[in-house]
Amino acid sequence: MMKSKIFNWVDERFNISPLIDFMKHKEVPVHKHSIWYYMGGVTLFLFIVQVFTGILLLLYYQPGVDSAYESVRFIMTKVNFGWLIRQVHGWAANLMVFFIFLHMFSVFFTKAFRKPRELTWITGMLLMFVAMGAGFSGYLLPWNELAFFATKVGTDITGAVPVIGDMMKVLLRGGDDVTGATLSRFYAFHVALIPAIMTLLIGLHLMFVQRQGMHEPDHFKNDPKRKVISFFPNFVLRDALLWLIVLNILLYLAVFFPWELGLKADPFLPAPEGIKPEWYFMFMFQTLKYIPAHVWFIEGEVLGVLGFGLIALLWVLVPFWEIRKKPGARFRPMNIIGTIGVIYIVVLTILGYME
Amino acid sequence: MKITYLSKFKNAIVTLVILIFSCSLSLAGENEVTKIVQDSLDVSARYAKLPADDTCISCHIEEEALPEGFSENDIHMQAGLSCAGCHGGDNTIDDEDESMNEDIGFTGAPEIEDIPSLCAKCHSDIGFMREYQPRIATDQLEQYYTSTHGKKFKQGDENVATCISCHTAHSIMSAKDPRSSVYALNVPKTCNSCHGNSEHMADYNIKTDQFEKYAESVHGKALLDREDTGAPACNDCHGNHGAAPPGVASVSHVCGSCHVQNEEYFSKTKMAKEFAVDDMHACQECHGNHEIAKPTDEMVGIGEKSICMECHDEGEKGYLAADSIHIMLTRVTASYDSAEAKLKEVQIIGMDDVEMGFMLQDARQDLIHSRTLVHSFDPQQVKEKTDVALKNSQAAIQLGIKELEDYDSRRMGLGVATLFITILSIALFFKIRDIDKEENKSN
Repeated sequence: MMKSKIFNWVDERFNISPLIDFMKHKEVPVHKHSIWYYMGGVTLFLFIVQVFTGILLLLYYQPGVDSAYESVRFIMTKVNFGWLIRQVHGWAANLMVFFIFLHMFSVFFTKAFRKPRELTWITGMLLMFVAMGAGFSGYLLPWNELAFFATKVGTDITGAVPVIGDMMKVLLRGGDDVTGATLSRFYAFHVALIPAIMTLLIGLHLMFVQRQGMHEPDHFKNDPKRKVISFFPNFVLRDALLWLIVLNILLYLAVFFPWELGLKADPFLPAPEGIKPEWYFMFMFQTLKYIPAHVWFIEGEVLGVLGFGLIALLWVLVPFWEIRKKPGARFRPMNIIGTIGVIYIVVLTILGYME
Repeated sequence: MKITYLSKFKNAIVTLVILIFSCSLSLAGENEVTKIVQDSLDVSARYAKLPADDTCISCHIEEEALPEGFSENDIHMQAGLSCAGCHGGDNTIDDEDESMNEDIGFTGAPEIEDIPSLCAKCHSDIGFMREYQPRIATDQLEQYYTSTHGKKFKQGDENVATCISCHTAHSIMSAKDPRSSVYALNVPKTCNSCHGNSEHMADYNIKTDQFEKYAESVHGKALLDREDTGAPACNDCHGNHGAAPPGVASVSHVCGSCHVQNEEYFSKTKMAKEFAVDDMHACQECHGNHEIAKPTDEMVGIGEKSICMECHDEGEKGYLAADSIHIMLTRVTASYDSAEAKLKEVQIIGMDDVEMGFMLQDARQDLIHSRTLVHSFDPQQVKEKTDVALKNSQAAIQLGIKELEDYDSRRMGLGVATLFITILSIALFFKIRDIDKEENKSN
């Protein structure tokens, strides 16, 4: 009685009935690739975890050369469950990027980027780049040795971009070197700019998905026995189950494989051995190592950066140049391209960690 | 209507350009403002303190006939003392022959024999010097004549150092100025310009390797490599204006002026008295002089690197004392090192290291004090301190172990949380199954 009263009160003012109807009638296809429908949801869950743990960390974190490391140490040692919040934040960031990769490749291989979902693909790709930016900027915030030098190397690579590289490097660093100014900037990017952009893009991305419904593979469309489940509650509950499992994994990783705080960054010390970027940058970092110092008249690093820039652009624009399988052809060209991409990333990442 | 839109569009573009420009200015980091300001300074401002009509400087600049090593940053020039202040003549007369006329007191370049008295004309006059620096010393000349340099100079040796040898003639700056030849970091090289010159030193029968030895010493590394101006340069042991080699009696006092406790403990020992009787340089006997290396625990004891064993034989009281002191130091150093390693372990995993850090700080102080007490050559005194150091470092280790245990116990806490989430997941799984079953039935 009370429930319907409240509902009517809200409905009278905001006319939410059509929305409820939409939800009631929304269906999710069930087929052999259905599992991939859940990847985006998990990514969203991890983003929410990031926002919550990030806000909690913000209560104690103090950016600054003399306070960043100390405040993170304070969070880890003195704040109740501060260590857990930081570890979950660190792990959720990594898992989020991992699930973004999974989500992106599943969409790529199931050809879900095709018309009319071009903009969903593009917003998704932009989200991936911004999430990597969030990882890169957040990595510096504890101001420890490894983060400091990894940021130095990372921003140095930005400097290799032709024409605007130097300006971008100075813009990122807030000067010629990685200093307190860089830390302030990365802090601003990490806690204000990037979350705002991500929220906006996620909003658009979800709106597109809701408006167009789930992508249905070709074989499914023509299947006379096509099976569907309703979005609510069937799909949502399955989503929730997966979120719980991921939360359990997240806690397990946070407690059993904690991120070390390391030693405080000292700009006057030489770079320690084993400087490595986050794993999702590793394949690019490793590629740059293999490119000779000079290729023809171009510097190796410039060539690498330009190459990755071009590949990224092509990847974003995939819906517009997709090479379709010719009738009778044995392989699908896009699947070959995608498989090469995945193998390349996996092999180069492994090689990077083996060194 | 069209015009309004156009002008609005124009305004928008202008605002955008201004916005981008100001953003890039604020984002560009450090700009070159300092450099521009520096460049824009008028050259004449460098000589601002000189009279406006100073003909010496204007003419010598014009003729490009400035003396060798001339610097416009010379402290005298900056204070408004013209060339005529030392060289005589009249700096207000334009005519070269008239302004540099011997009849009106022009002396030209002073003879070496006149230099100390020429500088002292002002620098020994407290009334005059007070105008510039109220607390400046005016006994430099007096001190100089007590130095080895001054004594020889008085005997007519013009080869020895005078004021300008160390301070330069035309680029004299305050000893606090990093550009000065007598700034702490530059002193060793300034002294070495003569003392490292074998030809120059040939008549005095002095070695010329002091700089090389000093540069390798613990003092030299601190001063020259780490640029720690608190580390002693040549003048800190030898004096500056009264520079002389410290004699047997004064060596321990010279070292003791910084290493106070070491000297205090040493001076009370029987060995100090015996050293004095045998004309042995106290500290120098064990540590050397210019080449003083960082002391190690191996210097005490009965091992190969032991200095004690150069005089003491097996079975002697000194032999036994050296052995037991060495054992105590080694034990406490090992314990301190383990505590430090444990601290690093705790720090790296991000556990609470504050209390442990304080304990280790105390242990370090006690360890340093134990090493200082070696100069008492009394095993009992050393033991009292090493016991305290050992206690502190052991306590730090225990605290570190507790932190590491706490770190492990977090995993237990996780068990409860995961159990709860797992139960929830299983419940959800069954719920989903029920819903599916019901739907299948109704279909």
